[in-house]
Amino acid sequence: MLIELLLALCLLGAGVVFFLPDRFAPKASLGISLAPLAVSLYMYAVYDGTGNALIDGSGSIAFESMAEWIAVGPYALNWHVGLDGVSMPLVLLSTVLVPLAILASWTPIDDRESQFYGLVLFMEAALIGVFAALDFFVWFVFWEGVLIPMYFLIGVWGGPRRKYAAIKFFVYTNVASLVMFIGFFGLVFGLGDSITTLDMPAIAGALRAGELAALGPIGPELLAVLAFFAMFVGFGVKVPIVPFHTWLPDAHVEAPTPISVLLAGVLLKMGTYALLRFNFTMLPGVAQDYAVVIAAVAVISVIYGAMLALAQQDLKRIVAYSSVSSMGYVILGLVAYTTYGFGGATFQMVAHGLISGLMFACVGVIYNVTHTRMVGDMSGLADRMPITTGAFVAGAFGYAGLPLMAGFAAEFFIFVGAFQSTVIPNDGMAIMTGVAMFGIVIVAGYLLWAMQRTLFGPFSYDGDYEIREAARHDVVPLLTLIVLIVALGTFPNDIFFDMIQDAINPVIDMGGVVLDYGGGA
Amino acid sequence: MAITPDWAAMAPVLVLAVFALLLFVVDSIDPDSTNNPLLAGIAALGSGTAMIVALVYLLSGVGQTDGAISLYGGQLVVDGMSLLFIVIFTSVATLVHVGSIDYLADLEYQAEYYMLVTLATLGMSLMATAGSLATVFVSLELASLPSYALVAFLKNNRGSVEAGLKYFLIGALASAIFAYGISLVYGVAGALNLEAIATAVAGTELVGILGVGILMITMGFAFKTASVPVHFWAPEAYEGAPAPISAFISSASKAAGFVVLYRVFVVAFPISAVASAIDWVLLFQVLAIVTMTVGNFAAATQENVKRMLAYSSIGQAGYVLIGVAALTGVGDQSLAFGAGMLHMLVYGFMNTGAFLFIAMGEYWGLGRRFEDYNGLAKKAPVACVAMTVFMFSLAGLPIGGGFLSKYFLLLGTVSAGVWWLGAVLAINSALSLFYYSRVVKAMWIEEPNGNLEAIDRRGYPSGLYAAVIVAGVVTVLLLPAIGLFSGTAFDAAAALL
Repeated sequence: MLIELLLALCLLGAGVVFFLPDRFAPKASLGISLAPLAVSLYMYAVYDGTGNALIDGSGSIAFESMAEWIAVGPYALNWHVGLDGVSMPLVLLSTVLVPLAILASWTPIDDRESQFYGLVLFMEAALIGVFAALDFFVWFVFWEGVLIPMYFLIGVWGGPRRKYAAIKFFVYTNVASLVMFIGFFGLVFGLGDSITTLDMPAIAGALRAGELAALGPIGPELLAVLAFFAMFVGFGVKVPIVPFHTWLPDAHVEAPTPISVLLAGVLLKMGTYALLRFNFTMLPGVAQDYAVVIAAVAVISVIYGAMLALAQQDLKRIVAYSSVSSMGYVILGLVAYTTYGFGGATFQMVAHGLISGLMFACVGVIYNVTHTRMVGDMSGLADRMPITTGAFVAGAFGYAGLPLMAGFAAEFFIFVGAFQSTVIPNDGMAIMTGVAMFGIVIVAGYLLWAMQRTLFGPFSYDGDYEIREAARHDVVPLLTLIVLIVALGTFPNDIFFDMIQDAINPVIDMGGVVLDYGGGA
Repeated sequence: MAITPDWAAMAPVLVLAVFALLLFVVDSIDPDSTNNPLLAGIAALGSGTAMIVALVYLLSGVGQTDGAISLYGGQLVVDGMSLLFIVIFTSVATLVHVGSIDYLADLEYQAEYYMLVTLATLGMSLMATAGSLATVFVSLELASLPSYALVAFLKNNRGSVEAGLKYFLIGALASAIFAYGISLVYGVAGALNLEAIATAVAGTELVGILGVGILMITMGFAFKTASVPVHFWAPEAYEGAPAPISAFISSASKAAGFVVLYRVFVVAFPISAVASAIDWVLLFQVLAIVTMTVGNFAAATQENVKRMLAYSSIGQAGYVLIGVAALTGVGDQSLAFGAGMLHMLVYGFMNTGAFLFIAMGEYWGLGRRFEDYNGLAKKAPVACVAMTVFMFSLAGLPIGGGFLSKYFLLLGTVSAGVWWLGAVLAINSALSLFYYSRVVKAMWIEEPNGNLEAIDRRGYPSGLYAAVIVAGVVTVLLLPAIGLFSGTAFDAAAALL
């Protein structure tokens, strides 16, 4: 019942905060958001799951609960939630980032505060639900439920072009959900009578057992491929992968900075998490057949995202585009189809959540003080904002993969996994990985260049505000994140990686067995 | 034809009748009464009691566990479907009564207003239980005549009177066509009882007359449910009518049309028996697609929120038509059929709530265009949350029961083998998000343009507020709790098919 407790705390908290007077909302919401954090830390401490939640017989799911909900004709929709080694770190990531984002909102948010913080807590519930749900319908409710608060958070409290960005975000991701939905239901109906629920483990099991049959004129093999790519596009928009990334810079730049923290930190992970759960776990055969295409998309995302970041003048845009390239690494790790690839990809989801959260929080702090984000408008801030500068440098090093930081561990795992991979013949995967690794050089390039122009050098500033170190509540999130990033980079195995490996090994073990479909026709 | 103890099954309808008469008595004692809370209280108590009785019956299995209860030789039938729809009508009526307290404050003929709403609800409840074409026609008229008067209730307002006239003229024409259709069917079958018709028409040689008769009856229902091609009265009537009446007609009256349509076509004209005369499944497939698409595209081009809602409710009618359009005889059809009923249930709350919100806007004198709602969330955040729930739930986002009922329809189309209907539904649904979110955007994201002072001047209407919030809460609760009704709906569907 702990997952239900988490959800209830967030939802009830959201309701309470929504009705509070504005002046109490910031502190109340911070206090409330500590409760789910405490619960999730407790869950992490007592976590006893083994194996993968979607693969029956591979182990046991932690905190699992199941209740009958609705019977719709031949399909039963049940409340089914639980955590395995892939979802536990992401739930923890969500509950850690939300209090930090709330803290980072105290300075910039000064209008309709109770509504703002209420929506943030509402979104936290939806995010946790996405990672915990094991029934497709429950999962989809939470998945779509994330869009609604995000739409308002960007549209009401965002920058000058917030209306455009909010609508673009909403339309893009909603259409993507529809495409994904159609793809997934193609699979469900293709499975026909062999499943009677929309339970994700049951569907994954049936698909992996090769029970997919023809759907009308579409044969099982083609159906699997079509569904795979419908889902790939649907999730890819959320990731986002090139060429579906254009909503992201708009949403990031217009969103209030603490919301950018959550957007980059957790929301994008919904896409990669879903890719891992649906595409790579349920349809491993198709994923391996089309590995070249997917790996190419990943490499393009890495390089192109980094190049775009290099060309930006707005600090926030630089960080926003860097997400495109970091998420490209996640896709690369997934398509490698090795323990290290999958594990590194999952690890990178958490690591990037923390690092990009740190970077956005730094940009937010700098903006709160200087009221500008343009690289050309300021330089030499380091003397007057030493803590923020230090945090920015730490974040940049994390991005660039400095050893002992979370980003290094994640990217190292991904590259090892990708080099070991045999999904593309003739060392194709190794060549692609080599190209993708070049992305790190560009990352280091644009981050160092941006820092050199804004933080270091002689002081100059085109603006009317006094430049001084940010308030204490603005700095706390930065330092917390640095501690977490270093901890994760120093002890990756002890903290998450063992847990992750345990959950993804069953996916790998069965990956080679099922390469074709059509047994059920 | 003796009255059996089973008449107790009609208790919800009888309660409505008693309270309608009670309003008569009150009005006779004090004809010029403007004791609005008393009148609204009586009316709301009546519809509320009827709703509770129907709900208790529904959940305790009256007419479902032991089969449908047939009264007066099959003239009236109480089963799961009729009780479910009576719950819809009476809850919509209760919300409308409560919401009308503020709306009617300065108007005359208050007792008549509540009486007409109660009588129309009575007519609709009878429609839900009608077991023969005779009772269908009588109850349809009982539901329609008060509606015509209610649409024209603002007699000093040209829009309202014009809408009432238009509604009445088209309604009269539809009734005439409907009655003529009934007579043709009677000519073929020699019976008006729905089950007797089914036996009589199987293997009849008069297929031409039967086909024309069914077609004419379809037109009557299409009018009542505001489906294409006789939908054009709806935007005018909904826009001109007092907003609580728009809520009432677009939710309850439409649902009433659907319940009769469902019963008549499934019981009296089973497709296996009348396929040689007319393939009404194909007919409804075409109607469903056209209705969805026309309604949604027209809604997307509106600048007036009330008109947008009116056209969108035409689009929603198209979704519900899927319930009969999926009766292809292939696969599991009870799924789509039951999903249609469930969608009407959720729709009853979300659409009524949305129109009552518009009524609040009219109460404040905000105006009716999208930009007139700009920044409203700053002044009335709770009502705006409720409106946001209605809009997103109507669009099919998982914030209310509309999400589930729509996806049940989608599942239903696929299991009945008409997946392309489901595809049209999905595309239309995605399109609808565009215009529904315009309202949300105006309320929350746009800056106020200076017309919100009227709110301070007139204060907050407590009755309307209560009704809107109750509708919002129920819409949200129907997301987790739809299981309470889904079993009944699917069982009722399976029992009828």
